[in-house]
Amino acid sequence: MNTNVHDDYQLPVLQGTAKEFYDHCKAHDLRFQRCAKCKIFRHPPRPLCNKCYSMETEWAPVKGTGKVYCWTVPMAPIGKAWVSYMPYAAVVVELDEGPRLVTWVTGIPHDQLKVGMPVKVWYDDLTPEVTLAKFKPA
Amino acid sequence: MADPKALRDKTCVVGIGETAYTRGTTKSPLQLSMEATMMAINDAGIKPSQIDGVVLPNGHNGGATAGDYAANLGIQDLAYTTAFPEMGGAQIVSALEGAVLALATGVCNYVLVPHCSYFYTGARARDLTANPSNALQAAEYIRDYYRPFGAGAPPQHYAWMAQRHMHLYGTTQEQLGAVAVAMRKHAQLHPNAIMRGKPMTMADYMASKWITWPYKLLDCSLETDGAGAFVMTTAERAKDLKHRPVYVSGVASGHPFPPHDIPNRPDILKIGLDFSAPRAYAMAGVKPADIDFAEIYDCFTGQAILQIESAGFCKKGEGGPFCENGNIELGGTLPVNTHGGLLSQAHNTSMNHVIEAVAQLRLGCGERQVKDAELGVVTGWGGHGHGSIAILRN
Repeated sequence: MNTNVHDDYQLPVLQGTAKEFYDHCKAHDLRFQRCAKCKIFRHPPRPLCNKCYSMETEWAPVKGTGKVYCWTVPMAPIGKAWVSYMPYAAVVVELDEGPRLVTWVTGIPHDQLKVGMPVKVWYDDLTPEVTLAKFKPA
Repeated sequence: MADPKALRDKTCVVGIGETAYTRGTTKSPLQLSMEATMMAINDAGIKPSQIDGVVLPNGHNGGATAGDYAANLGIQDLAYTTAFPEMGGAQIVSALEGAVLALATGVCNYVLVPHCSYFYTGARARDLTANPSNALQAAEYIRDYYRPFGAGAPPQHYAWMAQRHMHLYGTTQEQLGAVAVAMRKHAQLHPNAIMRGKPMTMADYMASKWITWPYKLLDCSLETDGAGAFVMTTAERAKDLKHRPVYVSGVASGHPFPPHDIPNRPDILKIGLDFSAPRAYAMAGVKPADIDFAEIYDCFTGQAILQIESAGFCKKGEGGPFCENGNIELGGTLPVNTHGGLLSQAHNTSMNHVIEAVAQLRLGCGERQVKDAELGVVTGWGGHGHGSIAILRN
């Protein structure tokens, strides 16, 4: 029987572009990678712009507002750390600027979520190192 | 050979074999693989040492490489080997495509495609996905951007697509359930199905516990151990072998865009199969309406519905109603997963789907035989929506 189950909350590994992304979250300043030349957002970060092929990137601020795109409500925990949060919705939110990210929408029962529902960011300082950008109804 | 149509019916699956499927095993993946391999080679009626090509779908079958197959089978001159780890669960059908190319170009003469799934005894998907050292697709994205929000496992990522399908097209829980019920019904007719002897009704489905809404336990494929293998050769050589040859009429692989991040695809319901299916039908020179049965990669019920649409059996968005009223059951217009699929036979990464399609086209499936079967489709789904498809005929 397999026993290789993660019990701990799985935090992002803060290195490379992930560290840059989460450093902005820590400063309560949600930003996404954007091509410095053609200004197209991309998420998760990658080295090359697939439109203009520039490798120059910048971390562009977003308004922090967007809409619910889709979601799921995990009810069988992937690790013990999530049990106390359940049920929660793992939501894909589409920022007004275009990129979509995986997040939580809090402050509303998950069975009242609707596709297209407007949401705005808030910051959950989970640990001294990691802040998660979460959302609530706008 | 500039046109893939030139590959139509040029190669055949001539041998199949699979071990008993179990939940738990004391055998190693290599032992299971060799057991299935010898069954497939004996089924083909060739000598093990005649194998001169090994396509190992994920390249590291539980620690065994092509070299281990050469050593065990006494292959003195292994002419060709390759792997398709990029394809995830679509790797078996992509491996079949790789075998077609190698055989049709004369690079080798007899190709073995073995695969062991060790999903019960080995590491679970939820652990693999978040560990980039496994070189799985999107592992770093999942670890750094999904998993901190409690979305670290395939059911959750695929549930996003199911939710979106329900939102856009009105697909219902009962329609997802109809897929699960059909697979379970078929598993009752297969002697090597984990769920044989455990029938299931729609009421059982609706009462099963939630895994990740809108997926219930019975929307999710099984976690099982077991291996399978098939042997392929050219159509010319196939004529002299033991069984009626099963021809590869069309085969193709495709990828969603971007391939490794479901949330940021412009349309998250556009999958790899949307790209590969038209290519495979063109190569085969047939239409979806010509197909007698389909073995669809049913990792989850919603993914089976998506693929039924993308393989052209109904329009986009109509997959839910298509699966109702016994339409995908034996006797329906398109029997799907006549062996019970990943949902109710076993999860052998669609190796079991290829094997079942070949068995159906040999017309030897007894009470679960699709009457007068001539053309069958097999699909693979993997990574985050890579899609491969083979069109087989007898």
